[in-house]
Amino acid sequence: MQRLHAGPAWVHCDTPYMAPPRPSPSTLTEDTPLSSDGLGSGKEKAKFMNFLSAIGRATLTFMEAAGHLALFTFTALAHCLRPPFYFRHIGRQMVEIGFYSLPVVGLTAVFTGMVLALQSYSGFSRFSAESAIATVVVLSITRELGPVLAGLMVAGRIGAAMAAELGTMRVTEQVDALTTLSTNPYKYLVVPRLIAGTTMLPILVLVADIIGVFGGYLVAVYRLGFNASSYINNTWQYLEFMDVVSGLVKAACFGFVISLMGCYHGYNSRGGAQGVGAATTNAVVSASILILVLNYLLTGIFFS
Amino acid sequence: MTMAPLELTQEMDVPKIALKGVKKFFGPKVVLDGIDLDVQRGESIVIIGGSGTGKSVLLKSILGIIQPDAGTIRIDGQDTTHIGGRERERAMAKFGMLFQGAALFDSLPVWENVAFGLIQGQRMARGEAKERAVATLGAVGLGPDVANLFPSELSGGMQKRVGLARAICTRPEIIFFDEPTTGLDPIMADVINDLIVKCVKDLGATALSITHDMASARKIADRIAMLYKGRLIWVGPVSAIDDSGNPYVDQFIHGRAEGPIQMQIRAF
Ligand SMILES: Nc1ncnc2c1ncn2[C@@H]1O[C@H](COP(=O)(O)OP(=O)(O)OP(=O)(O)O)[C@@H](O)[C@H]1O
Ligand SMILES: [Mg+2]
Repeated sequence: MQRLHAGPAWVHCDTPYMAPPRPSPSTLTEDTPLSSDGLGSGKEKAKFMNFLSAIGRATLTFMEAAGHLALFTFTALAHCLRPPFYFRHIGRQMVEIGFYSLPVVGLTAVFTGMVLALQSYSGFSRFSAESAIATVVVLSITRELGPVLAGLMVAGRIGAAMAAELGTMRVTEQVDALTTLSTNPYKYLVVPRLIAGTTMLPILVLVADIIGVFGGYLVAVYRLGFNASSYINNTWQYLEFMDVVSGLVKAACFGFVISLMGCYHGYNSRGGAQGVGAATTNAVVSASILILVLNYLLTGIFFS
Repeated sequence: MTMAPLELTQEMDVPKIALKGVKKFFGPKVVLDGIDLDVQRGESIVIIGGSGTGKSVLLKSILGIIQPDAGTIRIDGQDTTHIGGRERERAMAKFGMLFQGAALFDSLPVWENVAFGLIQGQRMARGEAKERAVATLGAVGLGPDVANLFPSELSGGMQKRVGLARAICTRPEIIFFDEPTTGLDPIMADVINDLIVKCVKDLGATALSITHDMASARKIADRIAMLYKGRLIWVGPVSAIDDSGNPYVDQFIHGRAEGPIQMQIRAF
């Protein structure tokens, strides 16, 4: 009986991918009397089938996109290992990502550190644990806030720029022009961005860590009246090597994801200005979400 | 050793580009519906046809930018229809292409655009490549002062000429021109025509051009092919174009609104 219920839903589904071999008309009339299978009137059933096929379609679209992305990633990684390498472009992207993101990342970090100090002071003074502030600031910054906030800021800055640039190149046929000039667009466009993103984000985050801790120090010493040397001592006291390293590993993963999303959406953009706009949005949104999800997964791996 | 002459003659016989039954659909829309065409080494073919008949799609299919849905494409006898990766790159090294929209790299100055194939494809030193680029720019009527501008600072016709310079700078064996003279003044158009003829005659390149400009077609073509409704309805030497006996070709070359080709327009 189970099969019989499922039968009509598949038969009426109009998505070409998921239609299994259709039962011949004779088996249909024999096995599945169309209106007496407990699902009520034909209209209700049609609704139910539409619902099912909508789920099926969404699932298929998702699987297709995931497969497409996996293929893109695999191709790009394979090209990372094979010459020729465009060092000039890798360098240019490194400057673009690493150097020009410094102001925005530094600003984010310094204010985050300052807010952390203020917040933890107002919270911790309730049970007179003010001495823990330095530790709270440094651990939060190095383990979580540094990589995540820097990642999100860079996703907005760099992911969007990459998607827009590659998207424009795609829709104005510049990507096609590359192939006619014996240059592989993966090698020329995608690989430098992936390498620069993966290597530059840890450096940015290291800088952000230092600036963030310094922000906390500023607030603690000049606003909350802590003793400078004891604050610094407290900062170092409970900080472990692993705290910083885990943050940097996270940063490398985020950098890879940002570049990958920027390149993937830009490279596959369609249409004109609207397509490029959509690619940019998708790049930033997907990179941001992936950063948050990855952050949870990596934290689970590091500190379980 | 006795094999050598035989191989040589065989190579001479193999068409540079051989299309067989090439089809391309975009959804339900049939753009190419079985294209058969042989282009000989050193030959210049011009494809004419109405706007939107698939001329650009045909060139891109040969280049592998668009995957045809059916048929085979052979370059120098090698089936390139579905090759990818390294093989595709090697096949591409023979080609130069002028895109309809020029498709210049807007992040690079003009000279780097022109020298791109030399620097990236052939790994030539930048200084030497720049010299070659400036010389090629001269051949399309652009002075050395243009070399350091960016594509966005050029007029449409100048961009087109930079695209042309980029296509021929590496001296490719096969050159595709997608509407090389569109957007140029009549005098410059004639200069470009001469340049294309020179490429084919002097460099021995094989050329496949698209144009709507019949004067240009007559000048650069050895043979003319007309594309209509996804098929090549007429292919013949340029001398036969005026008495082709094909009403479609006649209508097209005389640019008449009345005839067998009906434009899909409605009164407004
Ligand atoms: N990427 C694409 N997706 C969908 N349809 C396309 C695509 N590229 C081209 N087409 C369709 O294919 C047809 C042929 O396009 P093509 O650009 O080859 O025309 P054309 O002959 O070069 O015209 P023109 O002389 O105006 O340049 C057009 O009707 C166009 O709508
Ligand atoms: Mg065209």
